[in-house]
Amino acid sequence: MTTAIQRKPKRKLGPGALTAATWIVAILFVFPLIWMVLTAFKQESDAFTDPPKLFFTPTLDQFAGVIERGFLPYLGNSAFVTVLSTLLVLLFGVPAAYALSLAPVKGTSNALGFFLSTKMLPIVAAIIPLYVISQNVQLLDNVWALVILYTAMNLPLAIWMMRSFFLEVPTEMIEAARVDGASLPTLLYKVILPVVAPGIAATALICVIFSWTEFFYAVNLTAARAGTVPVFLVGFITSEGLYWAQLSAAALLASLPVMIVGWIAQNHLVRGLSMGAVK
Amino acid sequence: MSTLSAPARSAPSKTSTGKAAKPRTSGSWKRRLPLMPALIFTIAVTQLPFLLTVFYSFQSWNLVRPGSRHFVGFGNYLDVFADSQFRGAMLNTVVLTIVCVFISLVLGLAFALLLDRKFLGRGVVRTLLITPFLILPAAGALLWKTTMFHPRFGLLNFVFGGDTDWLSAFPLASVMAQIIWQWTPFMMLLILAGLQSQPKEVLEAASVDGAGRVRTFTAITLPHLSRYLQLATLLGAIYIVNSFDAIFLMTQGGPGTASTNLPYYIYQRAFEGFDIGQSSAMGVIVVILTMIVATFALRLMFRTFAVSGGVK
Repeated sequence: MTTAIQRKPKRKLGPGALTAATWIVAILFVFPLIWMVLTAFKQESDAFTDPPKLFFTPTLDQFAGVIERGFLPYLGNSAFVTVLSTLLVLLFGVPAAYALSLAPVKGTSNALGFFLSTKMLPIVAAIIPLYVISQNVQLLDNVWALVILYTAMNLPLAIWMMRSFFLEVPTEMIEAARVDGASLPTLLYKVILPVVAPGIAATALICVIFSWTEFFYAVNLTAARAGTVPVFLVGFITSEGLYWAQLSAAALLASLPVMIVGWIAQNHLVRGLSMGAVK
Repeated sequence: MSTLSAPARSAPSKTSTGKAAKPRTSGSWKRRLPLMPALIFTIAVTQLPFLLTVFYSFQSWNLVRPGSRHFVGFGNYLDVFADSQFRGAMLNTVVLTIVCVFISLVLGLAFALLLDRKFLGRGVVRTLLITPFLILPAAGALLWKTTMFHPRFGLLNFVFGGDTDWLSAFPLASVMAQIIWQWTPFMMLLILAGLQSQPKEVLEAASVDGAGRVRTFTAITLPHLSRYLQLATLLGAIYIVNSFDAIFLMTQGGPGTASTNLPYYIYQRAFEGFDIGQSSAMGVIVVILTMIVATFALRLMFRTFAVSGGVK
């Protein structure tokens, strides 16, 4: 592999060596994760060994155990909260991004700055009132509290990202539609949305990741009834001490949905992050 | 032309808003309408609780002493400023944020550079490197606490020997290692996007002119990346400053207060000490400090946006 490519004698290391180095770096970097996956398929007795065991008879017992402990309701809560808050972000965010990009008026930069500034507010500074309010309106340990908060958490970033995608829409298309007398909804849904759809998908993906992985609100505002998967993981440790193999299985199951979505859509992820930001 | 802070020269060529130069009041309200739901929702959910925090911060209110609630003016603030643990938590937060953002940025840049070539299995390697960003931070924290840092069964001691209890010997550094691991892929993704948007002709021209790799990198790639690096810094800092999962799950802020950061300390005061008044005052102080830092950051960002707007 290294011998085949000798066309550029200037470089000491061939591309083959660099490729090998890249692979080694990547595997070392994700090794904790690889180890987690391996441990999830072990028996507890194989998980606690000194030295660590690389070879063992794989088992699905731990996954069964995790589900037996009532993992599925938490998974359901996570799915509900993530999907609904992402939909709400799009419902509020798409028109806002349109207003801030293709039809800006006086005060636009203030609105943009305001949205970004809300991300700068440390969430911990609002948790006490949120707790008190949730308690008073019967939303403590209720999935809807998380839906509302996650929508507010993701909306600013989503608006910034989507705005940049809207700015990419060719002006001539919009002008032509306006001349034809298209109403705002028609303009939005027939002309603009098809062009910005990939950008909106990327934005939605980021919202899904941040909602699924959110920890602080979930831990402080929910318990058994409305808990999401991070809350399941916490309850898991406090109740049973540490069972490494089962913990690994739980961590893997809890992360798997977002991992799969993220792997499939990684090109969108790269594009979405960069556009959102930089344009 | 709108009042976007991007300089005027960029707007007429780019958007159609030149025609909206003199929006009449009724027209501009109609144009603002699509913005309103998002604006009202965001104000209601993010600003109102904060106003309540300010309100609570002027009260002596401890949940374990019923009926104790009364107005104390700036008393809570004086207590907070006199609290050495608060100052310690503040210092930890600053150290944690700066170190984590910096190291994950450098690692992210290195990984992005490694990935910005064609090679065998590039897609697989990128998928691998992205994954720590996709797993639950709570799962990541537990994973590091158990399989990496455990004094007897942890992989770190297996590799390096010894029986170091990493979480008690180096609590803040251990937490930071996990946070860096979690956020490096995010930085890498952003920087990778920047690398891939480099105009290929410029790079080829540089190579034709005989510029070496280092020279090409410093003279062309780095300036091109600067916007992406700034953005990665800003977004990373926003999220890392609020770090809670890793500390809560790995060290509980300890030993003592060695790895307590502000979010964790305020959480402790509120949900374990039940001191609503004081933790609210801390929250307000944190917000004010954040605003000061963020104002600088935002100014930097807007300058960047303005420059790019002018060039494009």
